[in-house]
Amino acid sequence: MAVTRRLTRRDVVRGAAVVAAATLACPAFAQSAARVAVIGGGFGGAACARALRRLDATLQVTLIEPNTTFTACPLSNEVIAGLRELPQQTFTYDKVAADGIVVVAQAAKRVDAQARTIGFGDDTTLSYDRLVLAPGIELRFDALPGYDEAASAQMPHAWKAGEQTMLLRRQLEAMDDGGLVVIAVPAAPLRCPPAPYERASLIAHYLKARKPRSKVLVLDAKDTYSQQKLFENAWKELYPGMIERVALSQGGRVTSVNPATNEIVTDFGNYTAAVANVIPPQKAGRIAEIAGAADHTGWCPIDPVSFASKLVPNVYVIGDACIAGGIPKSASAASAQGKACAAAIVNALAGKAPDTPRLDGACYNTVAPGYAFSLKGIYQPKQDQYAESEVTTSPVEASREVRQREAEQALEWFKTITGDAFG
Amino acid sequence: MPSALINVPARAKRGDVIEIKTLMSHIMETGYRHIASGEVVPRDIITSFTCRYNGTEIFRADLYPAIAANPFITFFTTVTESGKFEFEWIGDRGFSETASASILVE
Repeated sequence: MAVTRRLTRRDVVRGAAVVAAATLACPAFAQSAARVAVIGGGFGGAACARALRRLDATLQVTLIEPNTTFTACPLSNEVIAGLRELPQQTFTYDKVAADGIVVVAQAAKRVDAQARTIGFGDDTTLSYDRLVLAPGIELRFDALPGYDEAASAQMPHAWKAGEQTMLLRRQLEAMDDGGLVVIAVPAAPLRCPPAPYERASLIAHYLKARKPRSKVLVLDAKDTYSQQKLFENAWKELYPGMIERVALSQGGRVTSVNPATNEIVTDFGNYTAAVANVIPPQKAGRIAEIAGAADHTGWCPIDPVSFASKLVPNVYVIGDACIAGGIPKSASAASAQGKACAAAIVNALAGKAPDTPRLDGACYNTVAPGYAFSLKGIYQPKQDQYAESEVTTSPVEASREVRQREAEQALEWFKTITGDAFG
Repeated sequence: MPSALINVPARAKRGDVIEIKTLMSHIMETGYRHIASGEVVPRDIITSFTCRYNGTEIFRADLYPAIAANPFITFFTTVTESGKFEFEWIGDRGFSETASASILVE
């Protein structure tokens, strides 16, 4: 693949030479005229687009995102529990546009990697020199028998923040005291791996105050999960007897659901939920597959140093959609990847090799107001994958002051990361 | 937490093909791993799984170190009469577990 990319870069230079009529000066010319398109305006895409402009103000950067506002997933579990409101999660692209980025409020429908064009629904196209795919996740409505898009109106996934978040909240508000809330958790990989357990915690917080005879049942297709000990201790301390989790080896994998009856079936049991939150398996956002950047796993293999797709030349993949080894799929990771990818693209356009990135990731889990813990990691390419070079998890034994401080830090983190992307 | 999980339909029609699911909690230590000081972690696996139906063996599996922890074994059979399925897992270090389930055939 490296050979293909090198040839293509030479082609860019050759094309420019016709106009510039100077062989040595033309890489600079090609650079100044370079067009970089970013598909997907989430944490990764927005951070990448802005970083591109910051690193090289001459770049023509286009951000392609059909939604005119962005609704953030981090902290959205608090919206479900009635602790935050959706407008606090919602951001516009005004500041992104003010950076000189062209924001196209249309969905990309096609990518022609040979012609280097993006096609839209109205048959218009956009040419690019480099393309960044930051499409996030696509929920797989074909992977869990009984669970399709229509079923999500009855059994919300709430795994993309917005209307689904509010639907789950309304269902909890409408539920009678004593009801069973079931959260179905898929096997890895999934967006924000600890989020199902944060969600279970915050739903228990809501129920404890409003509907104390109710219970939360987590049916899990995994045996272990991130920050497990911290969650389990918090559940014992804050919500004794309210949250039960059935792990994979206890028969927790959900095999089918029935939205008409709110029934959830595992290999070894049947459960009827008052409120069913079904988080289905996931894959890279659809445009990644259309562009040919996704492999048989549904996710996108990348070169970890540059984020260049291993499957499609001149295409880069960042955020939840890419296969990034030890880096969890999180807003924090997407943002860091977006910036590193921007630097790699600017280097590539200048004919330079990419620097080896060192990515910081942070993941806060709030289990009650004023009670949070976190995992912070530093990730670097090792061989052909990202590996953790340093990971710090909050101490299992800690005072409430420490948890309180982390809850405040979580809000600060949210301000920073949304500021980076949209502020 | 029960160490054995089994799923057998409570009832079925004569001649129906039914699915039986079993899961046994077990570490399935391969015997190929070493601890920091270099000593081998001794092998500790389930070596055999048997299912009998009204006393007659209808399914058997031999298990080897490459099989992951908590072996999940599922298979199909045809039911002919009401009766009892008996399951048995045998392994290293004297491991032995049993479970049973009845089915009503109409």
